[in-house]
Amino acid sequence: MPFWSNPAVRGGVYQVTVLAGVFALGAYLIDNTLDNLAARSIRSGFGFMAREAGFELGESLIPYEPSDSYARAYLAGFVNTMKVSFAGIVLCSILGLFVGIARLSKNWLVARLASFYVETLRNIPILLQLFFWYALIIEVLPPSLDAINLGPGVFLSKSGLLFPLPLHDPAHAWVGLAFLVGIPAAVFYGHWAKQRQNATGQQLPRLLPTVGLVLGPAIIVFLILGAPLTFEVPVFQRFRFVGGGELTPEFLALWLGLSIYTSAFVAEVVRAGILAVDWGQNEAAGALGLRRGLVLRLVVLPQALRVIIPPTTNQYLNLAKNSSLAVAVGYPDLTSVTNTSLNQTGQAVECIAVMMAVYLTLSLLISAGMNIYNRVVAIPDRR
Amino acid sequence: MTDAALPIAPPRTGPTAWLRTNLFGSWRNTLISLGSFALLVWAVPPLLDWFLFESRWGDTPPAECRKAAGACWAFVHEKHRLILFGRYPFAEQWRPLVGMAILLGLIGASCYRPFWRRWLLAVWAVGIAVMAVLMWGGVFGLRFVETTLWGGLPLTFLLTTVGVGAAFPLGVVLALGRRSKLPIIRAVSIGYIELVRGVPLVSLLFMASFMFPLFMPSGVQINALIRAQVAIILFAGAYLAEVVRGGLQAVPRGQIEAAAALGMGYWLTMRKIVLPQAIRLVIPGIVNSFISTFKDTSLVAIVSLSDLMLSTRQAIADPLWRPFFVEGYVFIGAIYLVFCFLMSRYSQHLEVQLNTGRRR
Repeated sequence: MPFWSNPAVRGGVYQVTVLAGVFALGAYLIDNTLDNLAARSIRSGFGFMAREAGFELGESLIPYEPSDSYARAYLAGFVNTMKVSFAGIVLCSILGLFVGIARLSKNWLVARLASFYVETLRNIPILLQLFFWYALIIEVLPPSLDAINLGPGVFLSKSGLLFPLPLHDPAHAWVGLAFLVGIPAAVFYGHWAKQRQNATGQQLPRLLPTVGLVLGPAIIVFLILGAPLTFEVPVFQRFRFVGGGELTPEFLALWLGLSIYTSAFVAEVVRAGILAVDWGQNEAAGALGLRRGLVLRLVVLPQALRVIIPPTTNQYLNLAKNSSLAVAVGYPDLTSVTNTSLNQTGQAVECIAVMMAVYLTLSLLISAGMNIYNRVVAIPDRR
Repeated sequence: MTDAALPIAPPRTGPTAWLRTNLFGSWRNTLISLGSFALLVWAVPPLLDWFLFESRWGDTPPAECRKAAGACWAFVHEKHRLILFGRYPFAEQWRPLVGMAILLGLIGASCYRPFWRRWLLAVWAVGIAVMAVLMWGGVFGLRFVETTLWGGLPLTFLLTTVGVGAAFPLGVVLALGRRSKLPIIRAVSIGYIELVRGVPLVSLLFMASFMFPLFMPSGVQINALIRAQVAIILFAGAYLAEVVRGGLQAVPRGQIEAAAALGMGYWLTMRKIVLPQAIRLVIPGIVNSFISTFKDTSLVAIVSLSDLMLSTRQAIADPLWRPFFVEGYVFIGAIYLVFCFLMSRYSQHLEVQLNTGRRR
């Protein structure tokens, strides 16, 4: 056998070739880039991050001024991305769960409505849906002067959604502290109850004490301190609303668009998860004498969640990545900040690299967490 | 005991029985049905009024349209050439139309299983070449049309089909690389796939429009259309790789071992034994990738390529017709919806069809 037919030799040659190819391509691109940058006299490096950004952001959770640095602008953009992603994940889970269960309903009408919802929303591009919601908010809603009053102190208009905000009071910190104390207490109680059940067979009530332990201390502290709760209600003065909390039209459009689009996919995941649990499991658990609630909690849900959680996480990731479409409606997220920065500085490579690195880190962290979760819940010894 | 003493069993078939089992089985079910019905009664008539009965068709002037309570389809009537073909020269728009018809014909023909033969690839190559000639022109007495003027629905279809077509080989190579025993090849494949899947498409499109020009040797220009197309190919390739990998994992090990026992090498085994089975398994997944790519091409609007999405925005930008953006969005939404819905139905149908041999 000639030596080049040896699989090990061939493997080595393939690998060296691929590696050399990757390096050559990389070197070629870097070389061209450096030439081009020199020709356009653009300085490279991340030094610009410390310079003054000089542009406004429509909204920011952290304090930000145009006189702050680019790094600060990026941070503000990242926080905005996280804000809309988190809000979107919460809303799309609720909608998706609801619609997914509705699709399996024995009621013909409900099942049809739910499948109409899913088929329509997941087959229209998310960007179109975002444009649609945004245009609807800023073109069809009345101006702030004639804002729609949705409830006490809640106003919806072209300039967004305004709502009352509780005024800050020093007592709130103590309430929060009491709440934080309640959680470990509840966990401890859960462990203790389980040990007791294992030792004596006696079942202690779970739900009520847990809720009581988590919320109880906070409520008691709140009442002892004299229930200090006043709301700052938005009031229309001259040309605009003053006071209270605000969701901008950009945030609203992005949040609604992302949540509704993703909820169609989550609904399908939920449906598949519920269908994946064999009906025989239900019957067997019933035959063992478990109550309906226990059947759900101990038999059906653990199996359904094993099927539901990984693809749902994928959908959450998609939502977070799709939030980069904020740039289309002008919500100042990470992508918008990147876009503005690279137009101002011309340092496209650095700006895009930072943006990609942030999204990538986020994705990799979540998928690493997912893999760990999968390993924990995988049915042992399944082939 | 006589028969008369038995209660009369409710009918098991017929409309009454259907209503009983599907809508009014229990009091809870009845309540839910009535609630949903009320929702429909509340929502559907106003929507129908807007959509149909109060709407304006044909060439109603915009001022007239503003007075109407319903939709102004006159907007779509007036602007349909701009929406569907973008800024392509008006007199030449039959060319993208014919090109698009060829493309749709090819997609339709490819959905028919008896046509899944080697010659279909040749037909595709010819079809794409004809479309390219029609779009560009410059030969056979056709006027030359720059790519910057291409737009609308033909551009969307072109970006999608060329994108998936070129991403498929990339995906197969990456999937094989990811399953390879050679550590460096595996690392490179995994690195690429995870890198691309970890970032949003928008960031790749940004990279394509701002960084690709820097990557080229000075003096070489690549136009915006090709840059966006490359970004779409690179993006779709990573996702297709994961689809194909699913198929590769589903091929039983015994097949590979049997091929090895017959003395077949790696490439022969892959080409003749593994890939044909793996790809057959994942055809529905590939169709689904096609659907997502079709939807994703709308993002090129962000880097100012006037596909269906951006040409519609340009149509809406006309101050005369500004209030009728809903009609414009509904119109192209319907185009996307119909196409994606048909493709996803086809994918489901295919899944059942291709599995008949494996089902017991």
